[in-house]
Amino acid sequence: MIEGILIGLHTALSLKNILMVMMGCFFGTIIGMLPGLGPMTAIALMIPITYGFEPATGLILMAGVYYGAVFGGSTSSILINAPGVPGTVATAFDGYPMAQQGKAGKALAIAAYSSFAGGTISAIFLLFAAPSLSKISLAFRSPDYFALMVLGLTAVSAFSSKGQFLKAMMMVILGLMLSTVGQDSLSDITRFTFNNMNLTDGISFVLIVMATFAMSEALTIILKGKDPSRATEQISLSQLGSIRLDKEERNKMLKSIPRSSVLGFLIGVLPGAGATIASFLAYGMERNYVNDDEKQKFGKGSVHGLAAPETANNAACSGSFVPLLTLGIPGSGTTAVMLGALLGFGIQPGPRLYMTNPEIFWSVIMSMYIGMVILLILNLPLIPYIARVLATPKNFLIPLILFFSVTGIYLMSFNNFDIFLMIGIAVVATFLRLYNFPMPPLILAFVLGGLMEENLRRSLLISDGSFNFLWDRPLTLIILLFTISIISWQSLRPLIGR
Amino acid sequence: MRISTDKIISLLFFILSGLYLYQTYQIQVFSFDENAPFNAKTFPTFLAYLGMFLSILYLILPERFPSKVDHKVLDYKSTFFLVTIAFIYGFTILKAGFFLSTSLFLFISYYLLGERRWIWMFVLSFPFVALFMLLLHGALDIYLRDPFLKMLGIIS
Repeated sequence: MIEGILIGLHTALSLKNILMVMMGCFFGTIIGMLPGLGPMTAIALMIPITYGFEPATGLILMAGVYYGAVFGGSTSSILINAPGVPGTVATAFDGYPMAQQGKAGKALAIAAYSSFAGGTISAIFLLFAAPSLSKISLAFRSPDYFALMVLGLTAVSAFSSKGQFLKAMMMVILGLMLSTVGQDSLSDITRFTFNNMNLTDGISFVLIVMATFAMSEALTIILKGKDPSRATEQISLSQLGSIRLDKEERNKMLKSIPRSSVLGFLIGVLPGAGATIASFLAYGMERNYVNDDEKQKFGKGSVHGLAAPETANNAACSGSFVPLLTLGIPGSGTTAVMLGALLGFGIQPGPRLYMTNPEIFWSVIMSMYIGMVILLILNLPLIPYIARVLATPKNFLIPLILFFSVTGIYLMSFNNFDIFLMIGIAVVATFLRLYNFPMPPLILAFVLGGLMEENLRRSLLISDGSFNFLWDRPLTLIILLFTISIISWQSLRPLIGR
Repeated sequence: MRISTDKIISLLFFILSGLYLYQTYQIQVFSFDENAPFNAKTFPTFLAYLGMFLSILYLILPERFPSKVDHKVLDYKSTFFLVTIAFIYGFTILKAGFFLSTSLFLFISYYLLGERRWIWMFVLSFPFVALFMLLLHGALDIYLRDPFLKMLGIIS
């Protein structure tokens, strides 16, 4: 492991990679800050750029963007009560009231320190947990992988559906259907191409992500007619106040950070959970931990109420890398995007990644530390300046997002069929989002589709066409029982609610 | 009886799954693979049936939280124009080249969205795209075919 850490440090500390982390954190913060644009959009916009780099460098850039976007989301939550990402919704509960009390600088500083602490502590957990989990995951066979993918898709649907599980499951099926377009990986038979040569290689993953996130976000902003810049005018940037914390505030923050870090990391490891659930659970847990006086301050600018979700959402980001790096199965929409990018580099993440590509495995983990430090250094002094990005008028912002989306796709294929396909998918996605059909399950399903079919194929061939493989191995059975319990809970919840 | 848009979408999804199933049966598998435990049709067949099952379930079950969309506040006009010029951009990018089509796409988009600060509109279109192209050519070694710039003799 020490050797691996040294390899990782060597790779991550190269000038090019440090520059990539810095760039990633900076652009991630800016994109994450803009309401409606989250880490998935930020990473999606970066993918075409990363294809020009080595895999480790590309992944380091994306990891930086990921952390930056999560932090950027909290800045807009605190300053204008408009969370840039769902994971920072809980941050607004106490961050925005603090800003209204003229303590925006303090709130941003608490968010920066908590993000740093949560991210760093969970990166340490990841350092020790990932190799051990890789060894355990070597015991996984095709039926287990298939079951795990079903669990991941079910869990993401359950958590991202906001009570509309069936809609999310339909999106899963749509994502899987889209993944079957093109040549079958084993028999080379073309499927669902309608004799169109442009579809023979299937639909590009980047195209799907750009269409369902970046482009669809832009169209949704126009459709809903909300002007983020108008909201920005509500708070004067000169009213940020001091970013220095007093002793009492520091003590409160130090109490919240350790427990929220552990909780955030564990939630992040679970497939489908992630930063949003981690931040809400941490907020609720913190409220239960503090005394009655402090409880009264929740929702009115409590330091505990701000530090806990901010710590947990960054800790969950590191945690979500565990299933990605050790099992090759993304636990969230964002890590699904990163898996797609890795596959684009020709790298299959999984239990053997840290043996076959140790420089990628370890450099990503080490770059998380560096990313955290850079985020802190970058964000604290630059807060007043970065916050000005919030004033970008949508009249300029939307066309630029469309430009980066279209150009990103065009640069990959130099073919305008992909542009038309992307626009078509983006229009459908915008309409579906309007009616609360969630997109993360679709993305996760699209990424996992090929792997899922491959593992189902192997399982069925081994069991000679029988579905006994679903309960033959205890591990498969346990994973499926988890899946059934999630489906049962989602089905019974309305009845219990009544 | 009024049917909600959510249910109409699930009905469309049912039809889509049905068409997908039809297309699945059109897949020509190798004769030796026809009776294999798994062939190119197997996975899509599962998906089609599952899609139909889920959409039927959504159609017949009562809705707990039907989506409420206020169409009066939605700006369909701007969205439609933006999508249209994005399509036109897609058509012209190969013929007119990257520089001209992208610059015009950005300039017209700013205008359609209500922007009237001409200097900013110009700076964030023509010089911005030129800079972007310079970055692609110089730093990332990505060559963009551009008949317009070639005609002007700017690129070879």
